[in-house]
Amino acid sequence: MKALVSVKRVVDYNVRIQVKSDGSGVVTDGVKFSVNPFDEIAMEEAVRLKEKGKVTEIIAVTIGGAKCEETLRTALAFGADRAVHVKEESEVQPLTAAQALAAVFKKEEAQLFLLGKQAIDDDANQTGQMVAALLDLPQATFASKVELEAGKATVTREVDAGLETLEIDLPAVITADLRLNEPRYLKLPDIMKAKKKPIAAFSLTDLGVTPGAGLKASKTAAPPKRSKGVVVKTVDELIAALKGKGLI
Amino acid sequence: MSKILIIGQQAEGKLSSSIAKVVSAAKLVGGDIEVAIFAKDGSGAAAEAAKLEGVTKVLQIDRAENDHGLAAIVAPQVVELAKKGYTHVFAPGTTFGKDLLPRVAAKLGAQQVSDVMAVLGPTSFDRPIYAGNAIVTVEAPAAPAVVATIRLASFQAVGSGGSAPVEKISVDVALPTHTRFVKLEAQKSERPELQSASRVVSGGRALGSSENFKVIYALADKLKAGVGASRAAVDSGYVPNDMQVGQTGKIIAPELYFAIGISGAIQHLAGIKDARTIVAINKDAEAPIFEVADFGLVGDLFTVVPELTSKL
Ligand SMILES: Cc1cc2nc3c(=O)[nH]c(=O)nc-3n(C[C@H](O)[C@H](O)[C@H](O)COP(=O)(O)OP(=O)(O)OC[C@H]3O[C@@H](n4cnc5c(N)ncnc54)[C@H](O)[C@@H]3O)c2cc1C
Ligand SMILES: Nc1ncnc2c1ncn2[C@@H]1O[C@H](COP(=O)(O)O)[C@@H](O)[C@H]1O
Repeated sequence: MKALVSVKRVVDYNVRIQVKSDGSGVVTDGVKFSVNPFDEIAMEEAVRLKEKGKVTEIIAVTIGGAKCEETLRTALAFGADRAVHVKEESEVQPLTAAQALAAVFKKEEAQLFLLGKQAIDDDANQTGQMVAALLDLPQATFASKVELEAGKATVTREVDAGLETLEIDLPAVITADLRLNEPRYLKLPDIMKAKKKPIAAFSLTDLGVTPGAGLKASKTAAPPKRSKGVVVKTVDELIAALKGKGLI
Repeated sequence: MSKILIIGQQAEGKLSSSIAKVVSAAKLVGGDIEVAIFAKDGSGAAAEAAKLEGVTKVLQIDRAENDHGLAAIVAPQVVELAKKGYTHVFAPGTTFGKDLLPRVAAKLGAQQVSDVMAVLGPTSFDRPIYAGNAIVTVEAPAAPAVVATIRLASFQAVGSGGSAPVEKISVDVALPTHTRFVKLEAQKSERPELQSASRVVSGGRALGSSENFKVIYALADKLKAGVGASRAAVDSGYVPNDMQVGQTGKIIAPELYFAIGISGAIQHLAGIKDARTIVAINKDAEAPIFEVADFGLVGDLFTVVPELTSKL
């Protein structure tokens, strides 16, 4: 069974984001980029499923500019067999991304699509669900456990109320939550091997995708700053301070 | 004029408390506000929705398949309904809404606005990006419809003095059988619900075990507070996943928040930006949580917290 895994290049989760003073966006020059953490988890899950003999081939896919090749090389070092680079230099919104990813999934005749539950730059949390809708496939979002059997998957999902278990028929779309697994550390030999693995390139047009009218960002602002408060020395002082503000 | 369709999340016949907040956001858009309840038997939830101030009509769509609110099953019905002249489709920013609404948006061919935190006009909204470290103002195309999830911590619930009519309707679409509900393991708790509690006490990795979390529960019980946790505490198995506060957990806006033995990583702070007052208890005076705390106390939580609990 073929598994497709999407990986997005995003600003590293440790970077303290700065908003540009003219409100046109956030500072990305000279900032560290990494693979979206949820996508690393999706990738790790695919590799584990392959190690268990449930998946036979893993294809990593990204949409973005030339620099995303790095992202694909990381996915290949994790254990993807080959990669697909959908080349697009301008920003791609979730519906457009989903249309492109759905086209790749169809073309590859894959059985399983693993994505991250959200990209930590746009925090949209949409793409996986949109891919599933466009392909009329079942979806299991926010997965914390995946078990594959013949023709179906049993997935535990992290929902507001607790843990929900669904059974879905394959082919299917699954989006990874944080506790699905802990991604492995990449070893040098794997990073070297990844350099030789093939990457196929397409444009959105090759995939038959024309971006529609998307959301237009008019202004980006920093959130209101919380001011540093006071440090109290004792529990009694804390209680007095909270009483003083009528909080207890 | 706008005609807004709100997906009325329900469970076991009860309306989710999130809907009163979604209605509040819809009122800022203005126009007709209709709440659709997809359930096996939605009478109870529909009656609750009808009372929400600002709602003009409640649609009750009863169907056995709707019992567990599965996205793949509810989405085709929402899509069919949404085509009937609605200008907006709103859902709460709960796991239910986040799972369902993009599926609807894709079928309608609309780009979704996730986590609306301010309504500036019928098609203009503020939403957080980068874990809330930047706020972007977006203009959504009016056609085919504005599809958005609402960030609950940003809106006050509307009151329940209304009396809108409830209409039972059927939405005729074939439903897939490829997705089946197996079970829900829900934590039953007597404590206030995390997302609506006015006070929340959270514990972090420093607690060290689920046994030690009792110092957090004791303080919470004294304060009649809900209980939350950092990701590290959840990952370590001290508490269940539904207690996680943060970028990928619950976003909350209590009057009073206690962060105990929590360092204050940006992903955790993303969940408490709207808390009115933050109290931090941490033994490391340099912990980043102190940069956002209104009141900080440097000390060992295992002595400070029991003392606080006993003196309250
Ligand atoms: C994509 C992504 C999403 C994430 N989403 C979330 C999220 O939603 N929510 C979340 O919380 N995290 C999230 N994280 C994780 C986050 O980055 C931090 O790792 C996590 O919040 C740390 O939890 P902590 O503060 O409990 O642990 P630590 O950072 O280990 O902090 C423990 C603190 O306890 C203090 N301490 C230790 N002993 C004592 C004592 N006896 N008394 C008092 N203080 C003591 C220490 O000084 C320290 O400050 C996410 C990470 C990623 C990459
Ligand atoms: N440009 C992209 N390239 C590769 N994967 C993407 C891209 N955009 C979104 N995705 C995938 O979709 C998931 C959810 O993204 P989002 O809906 O933007 O939060 C991500 O975790 C990725 O797996």
